[in-house]
Amino acid sequence: MAEPIIQVHDLKKTYYARGGHYIEAVAGISFDVGRREIFGLLGPNGAGKSTTIGMLTTTVRITDGRASIAGIDLGLDPISVKKKIAVVPQGINLDRSLTARENLIYHAKYFGMPKEEREARAQELLELMALSKRASDYPSDFSGGMARRLQIARALMHNPEVLFLDEATTGLDPQSRLMIWHKIRDLNDSGQTIFLTTHHMEEADQLCDRVAIMDKGKILTMDTPARLKKATPGGNVVDLKTLDHSEDLPNWLKAEVPGLDRVESENNTHRLFLDRPEEALANIVEVTRKHNVKLQSVQLHPVTLEDVFVHMTGRALRE
Amino acid sequence: MSTYKTFLAIMERDLKVMSRNLGDFFLRIGVQPLLFAFIFGYVLPTIGSIPRSFSTLVLPGILAVSTMAAGVQGTAMPLAWDFGATKEIQDRLMAPISIRLVMIEKIIMGMFEAWLAAAFVFPVAYLIMWENLNLHLESLPLLILLLVLGGLVSATLGMVLGTIVEPMRFSMMFATVIVPMIFLGATYYPWAGLSKIPWLQYLVLLNPLVYLSEGYRGQLTPQIPHMAPEYAILGIVVSIVILMAVATREFEKRAIS
Repeated sequence: MAEPIIQVHDLKKTYYARGGHYIEAVAGISFDVGRREIFGLLGPNGAGKSTTIGMLTTTVRITDGRASIAGIDLGLDPISVKKKIAVVPQGINLDRSLTARENLIYHAKYFGMPKEEREARAQELLELMALSKRASDYPSDFSGGMARRLQIARALMHNPEVLFLDEATTGLDPQSRLMIWHKIRDLNDSGQTIFLTTHHMEEADQLCDRVAIMDKGKILTMDTPARLKKATPGGNVVDLKTLDHSEDLPNWLKAEVPGLDRVESENNTHRLFLDRPEEALANIVEVTRKHNVKLQSVQLHPVTLEDVFVHMTGRALRE
Repeated sequence: MSTYKTFLAIMERDLKVMSRNLGDFFLRIGVQPLLFAFIFGYVLPTIGSIPRSFSTLVLPGILAVSTMAAGVQGTAMPLAWDFGATKEIQDRLMAPISIRLVMIEKIIMGMFEAWLAAAFVFPVAYLIMWENLNLHLESLPLLILLLVLGGLVSATLGMVLGTIVEPMRFSMMFATVIVPMIFLGATYYPWAGLSKIPWLQYLVLLNPLVYLSEGYRGQLTPQIPHMAPEYAILGIVVSIVILMAVATREFEKRAIS
């Protein structure tokens, strides 16, 4: 990892609930995020992801533990931290009394950015987020995807060192979601450090350099998506369906397909467990052709972060 | 230096939003004093329901109510909008400034509204009820001090109400807090008159509006029985201190969980 920009050590948040008991929303988590990294917290609703973002962005009081951003302790100097970060929260919190452009301009004014610089930056970001044509409109007339893009543009106005995105694509249609993913990747390519939370496993897989899987206030595991998937037993799976029954097919496959762990067979259906199913696919088809077994279908099921979550918790990670 | 810039930018934003809704703004601060002056200063004395001298008695009350209503609304209403479901105040809470200063800025905006409302009462009263008025200015500096403190206490009360009361329960707040405050605020009668109902006379001392009405009464209509100015000012200052402490706690509770 590059030089860490976010450092979190044994961070805890306990809320006092109405029934007179305490709720441990975040139960002692530790991690570092490197500069220029896209780091993701993946977990179901209620896992403690938003509370973690809240603590790292000064809106949730830290109960215990330490966190710093760009070397500044969050507990000691939240105002200096605010200069280094920007947050796009889950809900649309745009200033409805101001136009899209004014939302950007005033945000920059709050950060003391000089006039010429903020005008140019607003123009640049409106263009980047494909909003220049709607600059004079009020955000209440915007679609969910546009509002989200404007929020990201606003967050970027003061050139934050870390951009926090809390469930940035939740509630968006697939097209808007892809557009946001695209923008996030572009930003990261230009050097932006991004910390995001999501309960969308594909989002974490597609975007993040590293993912921490979170559940019930704890981080269960943390690594690159590829390594997380690789470490999950069960491995990758190929489902094979043949037209005719063939007693010997599992043995032929075992003998001739490299990297095949085992085969589970039932009538004409065979489930193959492999290390690298993409590479073995051609081999598998070749074996069936050689032995004159007619295929009905071949389906490849690579391990997803969803499987990693299921493996760690025994529960599904639902949207 | 940067704190100062941020603070001014946040204030500029509020002024910009206010300037976009100037019509609403003037209706909000103007209709009430106009109506009060019209009913108490013109209609009722003209039809003989109340003596003409009542206009003089009630003018300080109108001034106090107008200040209070404008200050409370000017602070509580935008706050309800800002802290409402969309939490759009977040962009200012995330600005590089102490969140207490974000609160102070809101109070200052409410205070401006209260001052403007108070300033509006004088020409209105003069136009509508001048022939029934018998005013004697006691001390201009004291009157100005009272107007200044009056704006501050109203806006601070607005901050407390705006942070404690959920926006959807605002109408309930008007019925249970604002209306009783106005009726029990020594607005239509001098506080001294309550000596015939001693328990009430002491109970209403919890109401900051009493000190404001009585303070204005002492400076504008000194011939009518009124609370000594030092007590009126003390009452307002104590109210400001208490309300400010509550407002700070409640605002922080709203802003940081």
